[in-house]
Amino acid sequence: MTWVFDHLGLLGDLTVTHVYLSVLPVVLGLIIAIPLGWAASRWRPARAFLLTVSGLLYTIPSLALIVILPAIISTKTLDPVNVIITLTVYTIALLVRSIADALSAVPPTIVAAATAIGYRPFKRFLGVEFPLAIPVVVAGLRVAMVSNISLVSVGALIGIAGYGQLFTNGFQLQFVTEIVTGIVATLLLALVADLVLQLIGRLVTPWTRVGR
Amino acid sequence: MVERSAVVSGRGYCRPHYRDDRKDLGVIEFQAVTKRFDDGTVAVDELDLTVDPGRITVFVGPSGCGKTTSLRMINRMIDLTSGSILVDGKDVRQSDPPLLRRGIGYVIQQAGLFPHRTVLDNIATVPVLAGWGRAKARKRAEELLETVGLPAAMGRRYPAQLSGGQQQRVGVARALAVDPPVLLMDEPFSAVDPVVREGLQDELLRLQGELGKTIVFVTHDIDEAIKLGDKVAVFRTGGILAQYDTPAELLARPADDFVTNFVGRDRGYRALGFLTAGGLSLGELAPVKVGATVAEARQALRDGWAVVVDERNHPCGWLSADRLSSVDESATVDADLLLAGGSLYDTEHGSLRSALDAALSSPSALGVAVDGQGVLAGSITADEVLRALAAARTAGEVPQ
Repeated sequence: MTWVFDHLGLLGDLTVTHVYLSVLPVVLGLIIAIPLGWAASRWRPARAFLLTVSGLLYTIPSLALIVILPAIISTKTLDPVNVIITLTVYTIALLVRSIADALSAVPPTIVAAATAIGYRPFKRFLGVEFPLAIPVVVAGLRVAMVSNISLVSVGALIGIAGYGQLFTNGFQLQFVTEIVTGIVATLLLALVADLVLQLIGRLVTPWTRVGR
Repeated sequence: MVERSAVVSGRGYCRPHYRDDRKDLGVIEFQAVTKRFDDGTVAVDELDLTVDPGRITVFVGPSGCGKTTSLRMINRMIDLTSGSILVDGKDVRQSDPPLLRRGIGYVIQQAGLFPHRTVLDNIATVPVLAGWGRAKARKRAEELLETVGLPAAMGRRYPAQLSGGQQQRVGVARALAVDPPVLLMDEPFSAVDPVVREGLQDELLRLQGELGKTIVFVTHDIDEAIKLGDKVAVFRTGGILAQYDTPAELLARPADDFVTNFVGRDRGYRALGFLTAGGLSLGELAPVKVGATVAEARQALRDGWAVVVDERNHPCGWLSADRLSSVDESATVDADLLLAGGSLYDTEHGSLRSALDAALSSPSALGVAVDGQGVLAGSITADEVLRALAAARTAGEVPQ
């Protein structure tokens, strides 16, 4: 425990980096996955294609992707962008299916009613279809968020800071406390992030909790 | 169309009493409208029909008859294949569909409310889309909540917290939000139970009396069509218009076997609902006031029966000699002694059908007639109703 208190400054820095590296990809992934998910919910061929591709993407090992990316998009090996892009890809892979399914689950009568009273397609998506998809989208976001928080650590293998650094250091020094601290910190962060997402999900969907 | 004969009128059901200052907006004309789907099925075949402005026109028919397709072509939810539909002289194809739809109220089956918006926000949807601004739109939504008979507190609830009937009222309020001259109603009451449905139908007729909209109403229920329609268009399978007429004409003179079958077996009896009962002569009834003594009541019995009225002379029920014989002379007439009466026959608005029903449903075989205010007016017998009907037939006022 004394080690933890002696290194609060370091832990703080690592937390900031870890949060940044895991949250930003979720936000970017969500922004990109919404139009893709919409396309998948709307056109059958698009659905087959997008869901297959995103399924395949998720099977690429994260370390391989982080290492290969610099060669593909000519970034520096140690650039955090590599981690951000990798995790964004995973987020997209996870969310496209959730969003496509959530949008397909919006009752057709409600969409028809929206059209019949004069919504144009884009406003209808923003005003009716997407809000109704939120509960399922939030569930997908929670999975992506927790998965990202755990995956950021992999970045430490190529020298990118985050809780992963505690694992690489701990291994090199054969220092168990540091490894345990890293595990606990990752768990706590995942727990907090999950709670925050749940809370946001509840706040933006008050209609899902009304009784008769 | 056949002219209405003198005695046939729409008063039998509680038809809307239309205001005279109604603007004649919302004429809808179908001109040789055909809809052929991609698979080749013809849903609507050369439909020619003019919907009267400010009236309720019902499209009715079996499934696959093109009634819903015809309705949805008006606001271009479905685009027609050939022919044209004019709303107030303007071809609907010249309008941008979303703008056209905002100007035409639409009520869908099961209301189609947005589950994520409160009742008020649901009603305010179209005004907001039309760019009214939130405050004005919400104010309008509050007014409409009252118009459709829902308490203001309900405005903050979500649709899931409302009953089916309440949801349907909100659906109507939403369709009325920007005060469109035309209202399309696509089987709106089919998903609610019969009792609620009847209430919603009466409510629609009441509202229509105030608003005088051009309403096109789709149903597969002929009774609903006859109750609600000023005019009824009967469609047959394949999208062919079988008959377009007033409900009374439809019952009295069905155009062919298809319409006869569709209208149903007891159409003769239902047609009585469209015959005013002006010529009926009422028998006298000696009423007993609530609170009179049993001795007084015995004096008043005729053929063993007396009708009891309250202090405003509204009938409350019947007394029978049987019932009175077991009670002490000095007792007073109260609710416990009464036999429930049958239906009442309203001499101002009632039809022959309601007069006959009053006679048939009364325990004393004498129907109770009341005036427009509900005050006891006299008695009516089934024989008298049939006599009046026979007289009307002889006079040629009722089609054979």
